[in-house]
Amino acid sequence: MERVPVLSLGDALLVSIQVDLQDNTVLALQEDLAERIVATGARGVLIDISAVDIVDSFIGRMFASIAALSRLLDAETVVVGMRPAVAITLVELGLSLPGVRTALDVERGMRILRAASERRGPRPADEPDDLVPVAEGGGAAAGA
Amino acid sequence: MAQADGGRVRALLRSGDKVLRRWVEAAEVPLRGRLTTGELGRTCSDLLAVLVEASDGGLDVTSDAYAGARGFLAELSRDWARRGFSPSETASAVFALKEALFAAADEDGGGDLTTVLEASRWVDALGLVTFESFARAREQVISEQAEQLLELTTPVVKLWEGVVAVPLIGTLDSARTQIVMEKLLQTLVDTGSEHAIIDITGVPAVDTEVAQHLLKTVVAARLMGAECTISGIRPQIAQTIVTLGIEFGDITTKSSLADALLHAMRSTGVEVVRRAGSR
Repeated sequence: MERVPVLSLGDALLVSIQVDLQDNTVLALQEDLAERIVATGARGVLIDISAVDIVDSFIGRMFASIAALSRLLDAETVVVGMRPAVAITLVELGLSLPGVRTALDVERGMRILRAASERRGPRPADEPDDLVPVAEGGGAAAGA
Repeated sequence: MAQADGGRVRALLRSGDKVLRRWVEAAEVPLRGRLTTGELGRTCSDLLAVLVEASDGGLDVTSDAYAGARGFLAELSRDWARRGFSPSETASAVFALKEALFAAADEDGGGDLTTVLEASRWVDALGLVTFESFARAREQVISEQAEQLLELTTPVVKLWEGVVAVPLIGTLDSARTQIVMEKLLQTLVDTGSEHAIIDITGVPAVDTEVAQHLLKTVVAARLMGAECTISGIRPQIAQTIVTLGIEFGDITTKSSLADALLHAMRSTGVEVVRRAGSR
């Protein structure tokens, strides 16, 4: 079974799905994500699905449950790069993914996460070498 | 009798100018002089020549031997339709051949029933060919127009950096909404726009189905990370929507496209101000 890599980027986790999604791939991703959020104390999860062109109701629901799970662990989820066909399919399936934030691409998604992170203030520094990017780009996005 | 080779009918067809003359005479009646005798005569003699040749292969109009004859009849039907003849008039002109054949059979020594039936069936089939090709030509025109309509009425225009709009015109049905939806969402991806405006000023009526289509589009745009505003809601339409009990929920609606554009620009951080001193 293929596993989707979970990358740590600042205080966010980046998941870029480049493979065809099978049910068990998504289930494994959900488990991995839960563990990694706890392990890294991530504040945000960014799921890039721009390479996904087929979804079914199960995978659609998994996006929603990943978001619910992340929120429980105090991390915000942004799903980015959804293709038009996928969006139409999800709507036709009656899945509007409430509680999931969306963005057109990874760049805009990161901006949302950064803005959300800034609103909540800096994280207690539990790791000395942790360089949280409270960067200059975040200010502009927060103003938007 | 069913598989008759049509030898008698063939013989009648070849019985000379009399058949052609009688045919032209009989065909003139339903056309009521809208075609000159000369032209009708030319058409009939051309058609007769094609039919004589085709009938060598039997009397089955659907057979390969009749490919040329069918083409001729189709062309005739199209041509006459363009000149304002109804399909019945065209078909009557072909059916007139029957009278000519019956008369020829009569002269030929009291044509027997088999020959008359054969000839009648054969001419009927030819008449139907003109009718069918008329209907086919019509249907082709209709489907072409429907396609053109779909292409024409769904432009997606860019109003501002990051703001695109679809001015919807005409009645919305499922097929059209699907195309609008796909085109709008694709444009959002292609241009990286975060705002979409659906303007329904040109939509004559909004019922529950149309509203459902609009809501779906808005939700799909949201799933992709873009904000969608609905604008151009006329007073009567607003009333209908309220009367029908349609809930637009947290979807932004504006009465005019200008308002929607201003809203979109403001939410991207652009402010419009009037320069001091100008009016």
